[in-house]
Amino acid sequence: MPPITDRTWLWLAAACYLAGVLLGTLSLLRERKHSRALMYFILAAGYAFQTFGLYLRGMAVKGCPLGNTFELLQFTAWSAATLYLVVGPAFRLSLLGYGTALLSAGLSFAALLVPAWDAARRVHVFGGNAWIEFHAALALFSYGVFGLLALVALMYWIRDYGLRRKHVGGAYVFLPSIRDLDHIGLRLLGAGVALLAASLAVGSVWWLREPGSVNLLKLLATVGVFVAYALALALRLRQRLVGRRWALACVLLFLAALLSIVPVDSSRQPLDSAPAPEAASR
Amino acid sequence: MSPAPSAGPLLFHLGASHHTAPLAVREKLALPPARVAELRARLGAAGLPELAVLNTCNRVELYGVASGEAALFSLEGAFCELTGISRDDFAAIRAHATGPAAIRHLVAVAAGLESQLLGENEIFGQVKDAYAEAQSAGHAGPVLNRVFQKAFQAAKHIRTHTRLTEGQVSVANVAVELAATIFGDLASARVLLLGAGDIGEKTAKAFRSRGAAALTVSNRTPERAFALAQALDATALPFEHFTRHLGDYDIVVGSTAAPEAVVRAADVATAREKRRAEPLLFLDLALPRDVEPAVARLDNVYLYNLDDLAKIAAQNLAAREAEVARARALAAEKADALWRQILARHGA
Repeated sequence: MPPITDRTWLWLAAACYLAGVLLGTLSLLRERKHSRALMYFILAAGYAFQTFGLYLRGMAVKGCPLGNTFELLQFTAWSAATLYLVVGPAFRLSLLGYGTALLSAGLSFAALLVPAWDAARRVHVFGGNAWIEFHAALALFSYGVFGLLALVALMYWIRDYGLRRKHVGGAYVFLPSIRDLDHIGLRLLGAGVALLAASLAVGSVWWLREPGSVNLLKLLATVGVFVAYALALALRLRQRLVGRRWALACVLLFLAALLSIVPVDSSRQPLDSAPAPEAASR
Repeated sequence: MSPAPSAGPLLFHLGASHHTAPLAVREKLALPPARVAELRARLGAAGLPELAVLNTCNRVELYGVASGEAALFSLEGAFCELTGISRDDFAAIRAHATGPAAIRHLVAVAAGLESQLLGENEIFGQVKDAYAEAQSAGHAGPVLNRVFQKAFQAAKHIRTHTRLTEGQVSVANVAVELAATIFGDLASARVLLLGAGDIGEKTAKAFRSRGAAALTVSNRTPERAFALAQALDATALPFEHFTRHLGDYDIVVGSTAAPEAVVRAADVATAREKRRAEPLLFLDLALPRDVEPAVARLDNVYLYNLDDLAKIAAQNLAAREAEVARARALAAEKADALWRQILARHGA
């Protein structure tokens, strides 16, 4: 029997998220509401497996597992699941669990199915500096928030599309109201911007101390994402970016944020510093 | 013709409904409480130990247990006499069933399967009232008690496990449901009613029943606006001022008799400046239309006219109708199981 490694747990987590996707998809196709408790349980199980898998990986690399694309995607998926489990029930959005399952399954499977993304990892990514580690974790956590925001915005866009074309039956009945989606989206946007601002504040202290230690491409990509989201928040608060355009902006910004992970990741030290560990749990 | 004892009690249903009788005839057949008491007094307890009367605007139905066909014949005679309809005329419109078929009918009625507005909820309460009246009159015995209680359970099961009651099928309720898809909880929604037409009033009442607290009525004739505002516990707004206040409302219901649009796209665009991030819903129930179609092109503004709402109502009704066969099968299954229980308890 092959040893149980961190990847085994991460595969189990991905399978749980996929089960959530299947549950939500089947419910939509049958035009029946799925049990929110069941969806929550499935996501919680996936989250537990993913947490354990990332914990094993963290133990093996002696730090926060953010050393390659695989780990970055896993961490973003984990962040989205964390946020859903903490705030999802309060929002009472019937499709948010499904959306979270979709996002986390997509990111997890993408990470697991591309071996090259986990063939090697950087060592001492954060130079043993806990603050830099915190900065990176906070930044990726904000990406998880932005991921949920993109889901909410997508739901808004679909709801708006349906209302304009006079489609309110069928699968549309599972979507929350326009006003609820707008309010939740605004709160998520505020939370994401605050988290990313905190992350940049922590990172900037290090950068000011050692300006040469931060790659310019990484700096530009990260600050660019922050400025774009902060601008979207400011325009939304001033009621200049509302409705469909606001929803579209949130989705496009998240895609841009995801894409920015690639230059951020490649701008760090070379990938072949060390092979990725196969951290066994026993 | 008395059923053999092994066939169980003579449980029956007898009456007429919108399926068989036009409104004018149903009006004659109506049995308000005083008439029900008179019917019971005429019949006495002889031969009819149990009897419940269901009287709604769409049906008059008697459910009971008779000692035999003769008692049933007497009941029909007393009913015709009381309502002033000849036996021959009644025979042409009457619906009658016994045994499991009577239970099937009761379950179908309670579930809304026999209603004019398929799947409506009100009938369930009306059947409950009929049962309560029979109980208080001392005419609900062991058979009717069981039949009605189980029929309520079966009707609830059908309503829960089919889509018979999903989606609204009246324009006023569709409008309110639509508003809920935009605003969620309607308790804080501010509703402006333009005009004092019948459909507007119905819609305003539907909003009120869904918890909308802030209702305002604006009408060309101020007296009519004040009267309707009083009836709805709403406030009145002078008609010539409503455009200035459009931005203060979430939902605008148009039901005026104006020959041309009273809500112009330019006014809505101005109103939107006050509330760009907040959605604005126009429900144009007037004919000719009250709201310029160009309003629908504005961001965060939604416009539904009478045709749009009627189309949604028709779609919901079609979805309900698609469930009828399944609901009837469930009703038959529950009714037959109940009949077997009744035979086991009261058959011999």
